[in-house]
Amino acid sequence: MVLERKWKTWVFFYIPLTVFIVGTLFPFYWMFITAIRPDAELYRSWRAANNTPFWTLAPTLDHFRDLLAKTTFPTWLWNTFFIAVVSTLISLFCGLLAGYALARLRFPMAGMLGTSIFVTYLVPPTLLFIPLADIIRNFQLGNTPWALILTYPTFLIPFCTWLLMGYFKTIPKELEECARIDGATRFGAMLRIIFPIAVPGILSAGIFAFTLSWNEFIYALVFLSSPEKKTVPVGVVSELIRGDIYFWGQLMAGALLGSIPVALVYSFFVEYYVTGLTGSVKG
Amino acid sequence: MSKPIAGGAGSAADVVALPRARSASPSGMTRFLESERLLAVMLLAPTVLLLGVFIAYPFVMGVWLSLSNTSVGNPGQFVGLKNFVKAWNDSIFRTAFWNTSVYTFWATIFKLALGMWLAVLLNRHFRGKRLVRASMLLPFIVPTVLSTFAWRWMFDPTFSVLNWLLYRGGFIVTKVPFLSDGLYGLWCAIAVNTWRGMPFFAITLLAGLQTISPDLHEAASLDGANGWKRFWHVTWPLLKPVTLVVVVFSIIQTFSDFQLIYVLTGGGPANSTHLLATYAYQIGVATGLLGEGAAISLFMLPVLFLVVWVQLRYLRRLEGA
Repeated sequence: MVLERKWKTWVFFYIPLTVFIVGTLFPFYWMFITAIRPDAELYRSWRAANNTPFWTLAPTLDHFRDLLAKTTFPTWLWNTFFIAVVSTLISLFCGLLAGYALARLRFPMAGMLGTSIFVTYLVPPTLLFIPLADIIRNFQLGNTPWALILTYPTFLIPFCTWLLMGYFKTIPKELEECARIDGATRFGAMLRIIFPIAVPGILSAGIFAFTLSWNEFIYALVFLSSPEKKTVPVGVVSELIRGDIYFWGQLMAGALLGSIPVALVYSFFVEYYVTGLTGSVKG
Repeated sequence: MSKPIAGGAGSAADVVALPRARSASPSGMTRFLESERLLAVMLLAPTVLLLGVFIAYPFVMGVWLSLSNTSVGNPGQFVGLKNFVKAWNDSIFRTAFWNTSVYTFWATIFKLALGMWLAVLLNRHFRGKRLVRASMLLPFIVPTVLSTFAWRWMFDPTFSVLNWLLYRGGFIVTKVPFLSDGLYGLWCAIAVNTWRGMPFFAITLLAGLQTISPDLHEAASLDGANGWKRFWHVTWPLLKPVTLVVVVFSIIQTFSDFQLIYVLTGGGPANSTHLLATYAYQIGVATGLLGEGAAISLFMLPVLFLVVWVQLRYLRRLEGA
């Protein structure tokens, strides 16, 4: 009986789980091993006798060195970071105020506004990038970080508003009412009582918004043109491939370095991120 | 946050339903209402302004562009539905439309099936659970463009590690043309999309699973239900609301996907793997025909509209309940 149950656990639990883990993480391992592999080994025929695809005999940091010294990769990292942080802050600011208003205040058309913010949440960037490119050009924002800082909030604000609105509703109204009886204005109660309580919600929304803006691709691809203005995803795609030649070592080094900051932020705040993620679909 | 996701869906209801009037004198009440309105306007102004300028205005402008022959450097004139008719008669557009549908359909099914399976696995207690759960989300965190490059390298025509594995395992004698054949290319993209999106399904469904009381399962197994029956008759009905919401989100993101194809195949070989978004980019941005590009991307709208409509209807129904 016990033996049979053990056998079942292996077949129905450990083996599938292991397959999931290997399948999920293998591309990252492959990224890493390619990044530290010397070129001579990288482009060896797959039928060669001395082919060792899963490890390397002569690990090297050359690809990283070239990437950091000979390309504008460090600038891209800084651009991505700057744009992600500023657009996240803008979105949090707007989302906090709007979320509070929708959760707590009574005013005409509140329902309609809530619904339309929800609908904009579902508008994908690929639907709007062509007219937006024209608008960015007309506003003289093309090829500046502001083109992205002002457009990223279009998909971050609806999410932040939605998440924070849900969070505010879990805070009892009585807290605010007490503060108001003690003489605080509505605005003051919001600022000093409600917002501090909502810090975990703000953190969730912030982490999620940061990873979303770090990952954004199509707006950055269309709105930016000069190499030193680009973000990591766009820079890697457009500048590390010269002509038709793929320098895979450097590309994978770039992919790895471009992923590490966001993976680090994520790893420190996993729980908040998961709250944000599950909150993002709480219709 | 401990509320079940499905229950959270009711939050829209609270927005619509006005709270009960408080007992206050009429004149004080009016003043109170007035100030509340003013505050609401102030608080909502930044959001409405930003979304208006960068969502509503571009949307209107996109509709206008799609009805004109605007190209880069040429203001363009009204041409009616010419762009839409032209797109519909274009064989590459039809391929792109078909590809987008196939891509969305299968990727969503795979993500749902695998995500559900993974969620059920992760819902058990085992050592290192937190670490496993955290690392499972990595494909979703890491910029899609960068991880897709790793896949492209794994699918490389000459140095593919997957070909090497299949060859050494004795499954193939010649290389599989992963990305150099249109049909293979599309299925590779579906595989990568599944790899990337599956964690999102798994983690949100896991959150849903955790709200299901273990007592229900205990009762069902006392009644003699086996694992599969317990899943089908207890877990699945309770998980349906969350699943619907996650599927809707996923359909929208997959249907409008751009970056994965852009990096993996670039729409090639011979334009056989384009999606609507990549083809719109090729016509609208790379070729500079803004009008035609805008028309192509607007073809996404009916499908997105339908999906959003289903979602909103579903929310309304929950409100009514």
